[in-house]
Amino acid sequence: MKILKSLTVLSLILISSTVSARPSEIEMADAMLENGKIYVVIAVLCTVFMGLVVYTIMIDRKLSKLEKEVNEK
Amino acid sequence: MKHWWKILAVILVLYTIIFGFLIEVPALPILHESIRNLFFHVTMWFSMIILCGVSWVYSIMFLNTGKTDHDIIASESANVGIMFGSIGILTGMIWAKFTWGAPWVNDPKLNGTAITMLIYLAYFVLRNSMDEEQKRAKVSSVYNIFAFILLIVFLYILPRMTDSLHPGNGGNGTFSDLDIDNTMRTVFYPAIIGWTLIGVWFLTLRVRIKKLSYQRETELINNNI
Repeated sequence: MKILKSLTVLSLILISSTVSARPSEIEMADAMLENGKIYVVIAVLCTVFMGLVVYTIMIDRKLSKLEKEVNEK
Repeated sequence: MKHWWKILAVILVLYTIIFGFLIEVPALPILHESIRNLFFHVTMWFSMIILCGVSWVYSIMFLNTGKTDHDIIASESANVGIMFGSIGILTGMIWAKFTWGAPWVNDPKLNGTAITMLIYLAYFVLRNSMDEEQKRAKVSSVYNIFAFILLIVFLYILPRMTDSLHPGNGGNGTFSDLDIDNTMRTVFYPAIIGWTLIGVWFLTLRVRIKKLSYQRETELINNNI
């Protein structure tokens, strides 16, 4: 019986500790702010790269149009 | 979907940028987080050697067939390759400044790249110095075959025979020795493919522009006759 008693006390302490810790765990959109903000650098680099890709696609399209014009002549 | 490989290139490079910063890397003295440059600096050189290899193959093909298209691909591929090489040198200088202490140390691999760059610059000078097309294509193809062999010698053979600060050279361990659980490979190999495909995309753009201007030139000549 003594063991059961101590177990319940222990589990109550554990539960109370997790419950009391709850308020600080309010979910926020803070993924971009964690880990020393490395995600921000990744986002910037992806933006830079995608910008260059879009620019290259535009050149590609322009060139296709020009090729069509030349070959139609 | 003839553009699938361009999409693949973009996806692979985006994957490289995202996971290149996020995956676990071995913690090493001096290098620290800069080991992640493997995905950006080293891949530039892989792309360069692949594109210069393409250039070499097309130079040989030109000598066999005499097709102008082959000569165009050879010269433009070398051009894109040298673009990657220039980025490789610049990024290497930044990396060297913070790990080896100076942007340019007296390292056989660095001096080898400098010589290789000059060899390829001479290739473009040689091309521009000749007006007659067939002659230009033939002479520069022969030169290009030697240029690529010298690139292999200066970048991959000589540095391995002497002392070099680069990994895998002169008794140094390679990156694969450090990357015991192969996590870096999961980004490194896709990065090589991605950056190279981006290079091939640029190559096709340059080749198409060259062909258009070549077409116009021949039309002008025919009109004059």
